Amino acid sequence: MGVSTIFIHGIGAVSPAGWGVAALREALKKNAPLPVQTLARPGWAHQLTVRHVPPPPGRLEFLAHPRMRRVGVLSQHIIAAALEALGQDAGLVQTGVLRLGVIVSTLAGNVAYSRRFYEEVLKDPAMASPLIFPETVFNAPASHLAAYLNSPGINYTLVGDAGSFLQGLALAADWLAQGQADGCVVVGAEELDWIAADAARLFKRSTIYAGGAGALYLKTQSAARTGLSTITDSFLYTKSQTRAAAARRVRSQLGPGSPDEWLCDNGAESSAWQDWPGPRVTLPAIMGGALNASAAWQCVVACDLIANARSPGACVSVVGANQQAIGARFVNTEISST
Amino acid sequence: MLFPPPNAAGSARRVVVTGAGIITALGAGWKTNAEGFRAGTTAFRPVTLFDVSRQRSKIAAEIDLPEVLPATRLSTNKLPRLNRAARMLLLAAHEAWGQSGWQPDDHLPVVLGTTSGEMTLGQDYLCQAINTPNDFKRQATRVTNYQVQRQAMVLCEAFGFQGPLIKISNACASGANAIGHAFEMIRSGRAERVLTGGYDALCHLTFAGFDSLQALAPTPCLPFDVHRNGLTLGEGAAVLTLETLASAKQRDADTLGEIIGYGTDTDTHHLTQPHPEGRAAMAAMNAACTVAGVSPGEVDYVNAHGTATIQNDAAEAAAINRWAGDRALNLPVSSTKADIGHLLGAAGAVEAVACLMALQGQWLPPARALTSPDPACRFQLVRQPIDAKIEIALSNSFGFGGANASLIFRRWV
Repeated sequence: MGVSTIFIHGIGAVSPAGWGVAALREALKKNAPLPVQTLARPGWAHQLTVRHVPPPPGRLEFLAHPRMRRVGVLSQHIIAAALEALGQDAGLVQTGVLRLGVIVSTLAGNVAYSRRFYEEVLKDPAMASPLIFPETVFNAPASHLAAYLNSPGINYTLVGDAGSFLQGLALAADWLAQGQADGCVVVGAEELDWIAADAARLFKRSTIYAGGAGALYLKTQSAARTGLSTITDSFLYTKSQTRAAAARRVRSQLGPGSPDEWLCDNGAESSAWQDWPGPRVTLPAIMGGALNASAAWQCVVACDLIANARSPGACVSVVGANQQAIGARFVNTEISST
Repeated sequence: MLFPPPNAAGSARRVVVTGAGIITALGAGWKTNAEGFRAGTTAFRPVTLFDVSRQRSKIAAEIDLPEVLPATRLSTNKLPRLNRAARMLLLAAHEAWGQSGWQPDDHLPVVLGTTSGEMTLGQDYLCQAINTPNDFKRQATRVTNYQVQRQAMVLCEAFGFQGPLIKISNACASGANAIGHAFEMIRSGRAERVLTGGYDALCHLTFAGFDSLQALAPTPCLPFDVHRNGLTLGEGAAVLTLETLASAKQRDADTLGEIIGYGTDTDTHHLTQPHPEGRAAMAAMNAACTVAGVSPGEVDYVNAHGTATIQNDAAEAAAINRWAGDRALNLPVSSTKADIGHLLGAAGAVEAVACLMALQGQWLPPARALTSPDPACRFQLVRQPIDAKIEIALSNSFGFGGANASLIFRRWV
């Protein structure tokens, strides 16, 4: 393991376990699936089985910002996770002291607003709400986050399967290395709506769809002990490379692992990891499947394990639904540098 | 490995364009579009793709897609299943790929911008889910092919490479951000070559969305005209093959132009409206100039974002005025949206190709419908076809969410 020059300065999460990393940590300690809820699918006799994010513990302070009047659930989750990850640095961004890069990765984006707007269009296009349409745009949540932080810096929204979150981490590391930002927050997020849960169910009946967001805050200088060591290549699924083969190549790049190194995987193509020598946590079994949010939670858990000295290192395996397999390794820089 | 990056050290590398493919309502291909842009041909017509009888605007720049797609590695049974956006993307990529002379390769990064990918399939999915909730026929296929990454994966299969794929969705700056990101990957040593561009197909949701905002003009758009009353939507795709200058020279490849600058900035003023002074637009242009090592005085032509909305054109005019300073008085500026409409996620890529065409052909694309230039514009609006000596061109792309991006191109001789 090489010494990382990219540190994970902060982490944040909004998940079916609750608001904050602590809630996610507690859910993992119990190591039992979170309770499920049902969600109506209009016109259908059955109910969709899902895992909702519980209501926030109190009024979210950022909602007082004028830009936040109409922000949807997705934006709320993204901003909350990002602010938790940023911690006190949020103030430095707001006062212009720190140049922040923002990356949001998602597959379905503001799907609830998109559905709602198109339902209005179908009823009468002339009466569709101009208040909703702007919120349907993929980069609306990233824009709201930038507005709240008063951050004019570089800001990308990446769209793709769950592996996009790890691509976002690599992009953030690039921006930091090239001096385009002093810090980068990378957020993976998905919104729970019946249309998304319905779509996921078409491919795997047992899917329990969830929503939420996870965030990592990256810097080149930090007192944090967690460093980014590796992000593998993105192995695309093609005619000549199956999903299983792509997962095996991720494993090959990350190496054999060690008995004290955690694996945070998403439960897909597990055979590539069957001989993993260390402890292992499979998040979707506990939290449900939430695509880019799931990938972000996996990384949050990996970093949390290192930050709390439960592991000298942790690997993340993200085998996306229909695009790519990709992995990452985080390390305890205090250990790996000695 | 994506991290740590290989070859990250060393001086910035020069990035050239060795292939460009384009399809717009003017037609398919470089030659047709270059002739259209040079003449200032407008391509608007009544919308036929969906019902607009209840919309304020009833026109757009629709593309007549060819019945037969070019031969690639895609199986013949797959071609008919490609929807509108994927077809446009494939056509543009085929032209760029052919020009470049590139060969299939395992590792070829692809960076694409789009706002909605294959949204019509998402619309169809929702319609069926609502209207016949117990009918799941073809729904899985719609879900799969609706997703933005699937259109990019079609290119991988068609031309024989394996990515990685990066899809940037920064609203109407997506195409410019994609090209800019591809430029940065090569410039910094992260990649030797990158396939990049942008695409978007017309769809009902987006059309109704802009109409709901009263942002659509009932008549063809008039960028920077004092009588402008909104934008006109279009559709299309443009794909560029970028590589290091060293790579292009080694292959003895034809070069269409050089990308020398990219800048981006985020406008936090409002979700859909720019700051009235165009602060982020000016910051993006300045940032691009810094990277390019050129001053505004050295820029010979600006392809403006120029949507023809009241707010955009006013803010962009203010930004160009201040950015260019005294140079503004004789700086040629035009918006090719006057010909082909606003292509959203494709706009930045298509307009990048328009700049390359102008640089190569030594002409300026006019907006011929412009009759009453907004006096707020201190710069010279190009209104008639004209030959010109231009060495450096700048292209602006701005989008919802305050996404602002500028690209700078240099003529290749």
